Amino acid sequence: MTFAESVSHGAILLGAIIGVVTYLTWVERKFSGRLQSRIGPYLVGRPHGWLQPIADALKLLSKEDITPTKTDRFLFNLAPIWVVVMSLLGFAFLPLTINWVLVNIDLGLLYFSAIGSLIVIGVFIAGWASNNKYALLSALRAAAQIVAYEVPLLLSLLVPAVLAGSLNFQDIILAQEKYWFILFPVVGQISGITFLLAALAEGNRIPFDLSEAESELVAGFNIEYSGMKFAYFYLGEYAHLLAVSILVSILFLGGPLGPLLSGGVWIALKTLIVFLIVLWIRWSFLRLRIDQMMMLNWKVLVPLTLGNLLVAGLWVSLSR
Amino acid sequence: MEERVIEREFGELAINMGPQHPSTHGVFRLELHLRGETVVKVTPHIGYLHRGVEKLSETLEYDMLPPIYERDDYLSPTANSLAFVLAVEKLAGIEVPRRANYLRVITAELQRLASHLVWLGTFGLDLGGSLGGGSTLFLYCFRERERIMDLMETLTGTRFHTNMNQIGGVRYDVYDGFDRDVFKTLDYLEKRISEYKEMLENNPIFLERTKDVGIVPQELAKEVGASGPVLRASGVAYDIRKNKPYSAYQEFNFQVPVGNKGDAYDRYTVRLKEMKESLSIVRQSLGGLPEGPIHSRKPVKTPSLFKTPKGEAYAAVESPRGELGVFLVSDGSSKPYRVKVRSPSFSNIAIIPHILPGHLVADAVTILGSLDPVFGDVDR
Repeated sequence: MTFAESVSHGAILLGAIIGVVTYLTWVERKFSGRLQSRIGPYLVGRPHGWLQPIADALKLLSKEDITPTKTDRFLFNLAPIWVVVMSLLGFAFLPLTINWVLVNIDLGLLYFSAIGSLIVIGVFIAGWASNNKYALLSALRAAAQIVAYEVPLLLSLLVPAVLAGSLNFQDIILAQEKYWFILFPVVGQISGITFLLAALAEGNRIPFDLSEAESELVAGFNIEYSGMKFAYFYLGEYAHLLAVSILVSILFLGGPLGPLLSGGVWIALKTLIVFLIVLWIRWSFLRLRIDQMMMLNWKVLVPLTLGNLLVAGLWVSLSR
Repeated sequence: MEERVIEREFGELAINMGPQHPSTHGVFRLELHLRGETVVKVTPHIGYLHRGVEKLSETLEYDMLPPIYERDDYLSPTANSLAFVLAVEKLAGIEVPRRANYLRVITAELQRLASHLVWLGTFGLDLGGSLGGGSTLFLYCFRERERIMDLMETLTGTRFHTNMNQIGGVRYDVYDGFDRDVFKTLDYLEKRISEYKEMLENNPIFLERTKDVGIVPQELAKEVGASGPVLRASGVAYDIRKNKPYSAYQEFNFQVPVGNKGDAYDRYTVRLKEMKESLSIVRQSLGGLPEGPIHSRKPVKTPSLFKTPKGEAYAAVESPRGELGVFLVSDGSSKPYRVKVRSPSFSNIAIIPHILPGHLVADAVTILGSLDPVFGDVDR
């Protein structure tokens, strides 16, 4: 790819992601509505409120841009941008069909997880710069959480890499031609589930959304944010969630592989299913407490994923 | 320099929870002192919803007051007006027809169900947040409560502040087919309540968050004057409906559920069992609803003509939150000389500063939610 081509592809990808993410909020609202025996958005754009996300975006855009006086202005304004940029950067490495990937590097998986864990720095900056006690507590929680959950996240991510023998996404997809890694007996299932759990914790989703925790910390790190800055956090959260859903479908569900339909359709379908599972978990579980969450991480997930990685490694080296 | 470092290391973070806070159940302020995430000291501040009902009572005639008392505890209106009219009837020596007593029991128990459903829903919000599973539980509970509100509307014309109780009886008689509607609703509720019971008691996160959280020892509960489900969860089988029956409660067969540990989970189980008992009480009273008049004195035309003899009286009812008492002093005129309301929520939240220290911030919300305070009731 020439430089101009890369730029244009990147711009297209960026626009597509932001469009998709906007409509994922609509999917979530409809889905949670059905789950709670409601209808969900309906009136803005009949039928079924299909214009609702656009109305929301316009509302947020037209709101006053507030920076509270006692905040650290520079950091306060940096945080939302940081979160959005880091969430969107991850997409550059994800292959959306077998051949279409913006940046194809051998260490794609490693890069993706490195960038994914940078998001929390934005959250921490937001909590610190807001000069608000609730936000500060939330920032501390977010930092503790990310340090803890990064370990099982990486350990479970490594299992597909070990099974495929590569950190390159394309190689991992091609290695699943015979069967998907989630169908790999025991090892695949454990790593799939633990990865999803750790990713929920990393992405601040219920039951691990302790840094947002609106029942005790009101809104946590984004308590002082409003208008477009708040929307940036929202965008970042959903973009990251979308990236994680795509990642699960690539690493465990074979990504673009599948009969009859084209690769793009398959990956979209699988991503949507993973995304709906995440929503299903969110709208039916309560929140864990911070100590319980740490307990789950260090006493259950870390030993489990570590053992799992060991078994996967043994399996691969013995069957070679 | 050294001192400053030490101060930072061991410093406490004072945080104001409320009066505008999503999970303080109204306007309530908790001054929390945190060390890390652990609460070391807590000072509750109340009074944000004070409306001066007791003082207001001294300026109004007796028959004007029951609707005002319904605004006290805004989750169980009839229990409040019932306590007031019982006190007036005791003082004036007014007999209440049997049918009226039964109707009072029916509305009170239906509203207990509604109140406990609101509690269960908001408890879900406290545990799981308004943007997750908690809100699902909340909406389910409100859907169920809506059925009771509909019943109340068809019976009295009002969904919530029904104005059912008047001095000497009740204001509205049942219509044809009321029992059929109620039985249908009760069957529906019974099914749903069992469903939620199963859903919550098999949910490891719910168990983790509520078990061994906010243990109220029996002595403490007695000392602060707690009542209702909070007291019963700590193992004291004290229920005014059983121990000092009023209206027609002595005629019905029901259990008083008791917990043993006094943690948030026990308070949850006690309330859930109570809902089942309420279902049974409504079934019994509606099945045996006696014929006869619904009030022993004419409905009011000129309220100033109704006077009580000089003296004082105390009447208490078991509201969904506990012992709700009204102490009434009369100087023989058409208005009360003094009214004092003994509200259950006020005594129940007095537990907070005793048990909160040592818990985490998230538990503060759980504990407050499990005590089920209503701030209209606390501040009056």
